[in-house]
Amino acid sequence: MLEVREVSKSFGGLKAVDRASLDVACGEIVGLIGPNGAGKTTLFATIAGFHRPDAGTVSFEGKPVTGLAPHRICAAGMVRTFQITQPFAGISVRENIMVGAYLHTADRRLAAREAEAVAALVGMKDQLDQRGADLTVAGRKRLELARALATGPRLLLLDEVMAGLNPTEIVEIVGVIRNIREAGVTILLIEHVMQAVTSLAERVYVLNQGRMIAEGTPASIADDEQVIEAYLGHGAAKVLRA
Amino acid sequence: MNRPLLLCGMGLTAAIAYPLLVPNYLVTIGMLVFFTAFIGQSWNIAGGFAGQTSFGHVVFFGTGAYTSTILQVTYGWNPWLAWPIAMAAGGAVGWVIAVLSFRAGLRGSYFALITLAFAEVFRILANSVPFTKGGLGMLIKADPRPINFQFKDPIWVYYLALLLCIVSLLIAWQLTRSRFGARLVAIRENEDAARALGIDVFAEKVKVLTLSGAMCAAGGTFYAQKYLYIDPGIAFGVDKSVEMLLVSMVGGAGTIFGPLIGSFTLMGINEVTRWLASVVPALKNVQPLSLVVYGIMLILIVARLPDGLMSLFRRRPRHA
Repeated sequence: MLEVREVSKSFGGLKAVDRASLDVACGEIVGLIGPNGAGKTTLFATIAGFHRPDAGTVSFEGKPVTGLAPHRICAAGMVRTFQITQPFAGISVRENIMVGAYLHTADRRLAAREAEAVAALVGMKDQLDQRGADLTVAGRKRLELARALATGPRLLLLDEVMAGLNPTEIVEIVGVIRNIREAGVTILLIEHVMQAVTSLAERVYVLNQGRMIAEGTPASIADDEQVIEAYLGHGAAKVLRA
Repeated sequence: MNRPLLLCGMGLTAAIAYPLLVPNYLVTIGMLVFFTAFIGQSWNIAGGFAGQTSFGHVVFFGTGAYTSTILQVTYGWNPWLAWPIAMAAGGAVGWVIAVLSFRAGLRGSYFALITLAFAEVFRILANSVPFTKGGLGMLIKADPRPINFQFKDPIWVYYLALLLCIVSLLIAWQLTRSRFGARLVAIRENEDAARALGIDVFAEKVKVLTLSGAMCAAGGTFYAQKYLYIDPGIAFGVDKSVEMLLVSMVGGAGTIFGPLIGSFTLMGINEVTRWLASVVPALKNVQPLSLVVYGIMLILIVARLPDGLMSLFRRRPRHA
């Protein structure tokens, strides 16, 4: 479904992403992990059209989307969320989600109905009339998810939707993400919360200093010497293997 | 019957009855309230709803005023026919400014400054090119017949201004309930998020500035027909830009009634201070007193009511 081939992106002298490749098949949940500054968010932004790659190609459902503008990529069926949540602060949750729904309908009532349905799916039904600015961190994360979902994507790129959440909230959002996949949306997610990644993702890619250093099931990743050295550390690897 | 509709009906009835009950002087004041609300709304659509703050909206106003006046005076057009051409010209200027500045990625205060620069360039050009008659300005021959877009009785000018204002309110109302409007608000609130959600930010911003420019140009023609004289300072003067921005901000940028409330308030201050200056000897030398009050008011509003006077009427958060 998504093919990323040898994508590189530099900022000045810094190689943020260095010939990274990854594949996501239809219906999968794929994780992208790595230490801080590994280039995960840059890779995401490049896939979603926010950065133009210096080299390499991105194709989505067999069609090249390298360097297309974000709104074109979104219209093609691939949408991203932001690690640092970007709510439309001055308007209600309902209106926030409607902006997403307006991608495929110009009808206000239909968009509002869809917003309500999506809100129910991510557990925001009771917050529809709250302002974006008044949400808690967990609420903002859900709103990111809801808006993106409302565009009707086939592939969802989630950038750290669990960062800053407490354990209860993480359990809730893991459930939400599972529901989304059940609804037929493929998911690629960046995540720091390893427990969540291992319980959600079928496959994991590990990015370190811009390079893809490993790929495999969560269990095999936890055994990979390179990954343990670069990212997990021996303690965490032991916990994950258990 | 629901309350907002009832209030609108009452307001409209009062606005229609008003000129029949007061002397001509007050009819003209009322006309100015609605006219300023109209051009304020043209600013509000781009600056308030879409968050593209312009400091040089007068560029559209002047383009409209000069286009219809030149067509009329130099080429003998009927002003009613010149009106839509003036609007098209204003829209075209809006389109060009939008394409140039948004292509270059100008946002926020940079965009505001570039609009200010455009307005100044137009003012200087109008001062120096022959077809605008330069600094002399252009005089429209007085021939007060409705067919000439000139009226003997100020009541008709008043009603025309009222009509313009109503049309602008309907446009703003439509923005609060359409996809286009929702996208503009999304762009104002967070451009990156808007792009991620499939909005062609560039195209929408160009569209709104074109619409806003056309509206503002309609106001320019109206103004020229009312006063039958324009010069570069009137048509492209920075004070008109400030006025449009001010009425929207005071009333409530990004709200339907903001510019109207703002225009009403500022015109009220104008009249009250003029009267005060005439009766209180100590204030006689403070000229013009209204500007002092404007200034204080703006400070208070920015500090205490950043969403403008409209926020006093709002009981709960807006929703669709």
